[in-house]
Amino acid sequence: MAEPVIRFENVSKVFRRPDGRGDFTAVDKLSFDIDKGEIVAVLGKTGCGKSTMFNIVAGLIEPSAGQARVIGHDPFKEFDFFRGKIGIVFQGDRLMPWRTALDNVLLGLQILNADPKTSEETARAWLKRLGLSGHENDYPHALSGGMRQRVSIARAFAVNPDILLCDEPFSALDEMTARDLRAEFVRLVRQNNKTAIFITHQLNEAMDIGDRVMVFHRPARIAFEGRLTAETSADARQTMRDDIMRILAIDPTPISATG
Amino acid sequence: MTNLRSVRVLQATAGMLVLAAFWQVLSMTLPPFLFPPVPEIISRTVEILITGSLLIDVLLTAARIFAGLLGAFILGAIVALLIARSRNLENFITPVLNFFQGIPALSWVVFAIIWFHGTEFRVLFIMVMTTLPAFTFQILDAFRSMSKDLFEMTMSFRPSRWTLFKFLIVPTIVPGILTAWKVNLGNAARVVVVAELVGATGGVGYQLLRQQQLFDMAGAMAWTLQLVLFVLVVQQTINVIENWALRYRAVSERAM
Repeated sequence: MAEPVIRFENVSKVFRRPDGRGDFTAVDKLSFDIDKGEIVAVLGKTGCGKSTMFNIVAGLIEPSAGQARVIGHDPFKEFDFFRGKIGIVFQGDRLMPWRTALDNVLLGLQILNADPKTSEETARAWLKRLGLSGHENDYPHALSGGMRQRVSIARAFAVNPDILLCDEPFSALDEMTARDLRAEFVRLVRQNNKTAIFITHQLNEAMDIGDRVMVFHRPARIAFEGRLTAETSADARQTMRDDIMRILAIDPTPISATG
Repeated sequence: MTNLRSVRVLQATAGMLVLAAFWQVLSMTLPPFLFPPVPEIISRTVEILITGSLLIDVLLTAARIFAGLLGAFILGAIVALLIARSRNLENFITPVLNFFQGIPALSWVVFAIIWFHGTEFRVLFIMVMTTLPAFTFQILDAFRSMSKDLFEMTMSFRPSRWTLFKFLIVPTIVPGILTAWKVNLGNAARVVVVAELVGATGGVGYQLLRQQQLFDMAGAMAWTLQLVLFVLVVQQTINVIENWALRYRAVSERAM
């Protein structure tokens, strides 16, 4: 059996409180595996440690205990190994205001020192694919929120990463735009056979996107885990929805369900 | 937009014309050695610009300003980046820079005369010491204003230190650097005159001292105008660079 692309084994993350009075645990002995090609939606209340888990996978912070492995490597310690292997779509578009849409998409490729000519072709192709042809030379301030987020998706995909990490990428957009981008995102992930973690605080979004939905307690550990497939019946979906709603409402002891 | 710009130019010109008219009225009622007529001042100003032996003094002062600012900028940028990397270093250096900032320019002139021999080194020392703290603090502020979001986003591509510097840090601090140059240019122009007045044998400051000894007000005004013109030209040049470098900003944002 193939090794999972992402593996968390009893991962904990403890932060020192800003006022210096003790510590707080953001992630508590979290364990899970994510296989290649899976889209896992992570759901939880604000402050439940979703983003901390996200940052550990991205290699931006180091776990206090336990082991996080991504493609069999330590994402924090093996900094250079992951160059070009992880693409991130953040909550805000995080576009560099001094770069045009095209230059923003090119950023990752330039950092990876890719061939400039091929890079530009790739960046233009991604902008076109995301419906931004004709806006290549626009600066971010001239683009709408939805267009800016499309640029940030293009930027993440352009480096052809193995793994995509998305931290509530559509939460700041109106529902119509978010729905369109969500569908586009899932299509691109599946077409390109990527593995994705999609953090959200919206139940509908999690169930629309995920092959698997994980619900986190506070501090982050799995309170619920359920799979969704094209064959999952409407009743099973509703049961899952009710279970998750109950967990999010009352934060009970961990349960597990499979749809 | 063009109309608005024309109105602004007209308003600015009108302000200067009123000032010149007021001076001219004074020159007609008071002795010319106190308030020489405006045409005479203009004539003397032009004379300096077209007379090589006089223009050299203006260029000498300009070179001293640039050398001083460049020295302070390079030193300030190094110190600012070091401070940004170490809180301990910041605690160590910041009080020293604050202390330097409190020392009047004239005191640095006196120190330079006592400590050093060469005129050029004295002037350079004075220029660097008087503008270094401001450059350091302004570059440090620009560095610290770097967006954490953009930093995380850039780090997600795992750049080398050089690419991080090139793609994120430089574009982030450029607006602060340009502002620092504009602010320090004015300060440097004032300080260089003081330095030249006391310890130099050439330059605008030296020429001003000569005009004072000759009791030549028209000459003093003409030399002063050289410096003012120089500052205006350089500031305008920086504005052009700024408009080009910050062309990505929204029109409304730039208008603020």
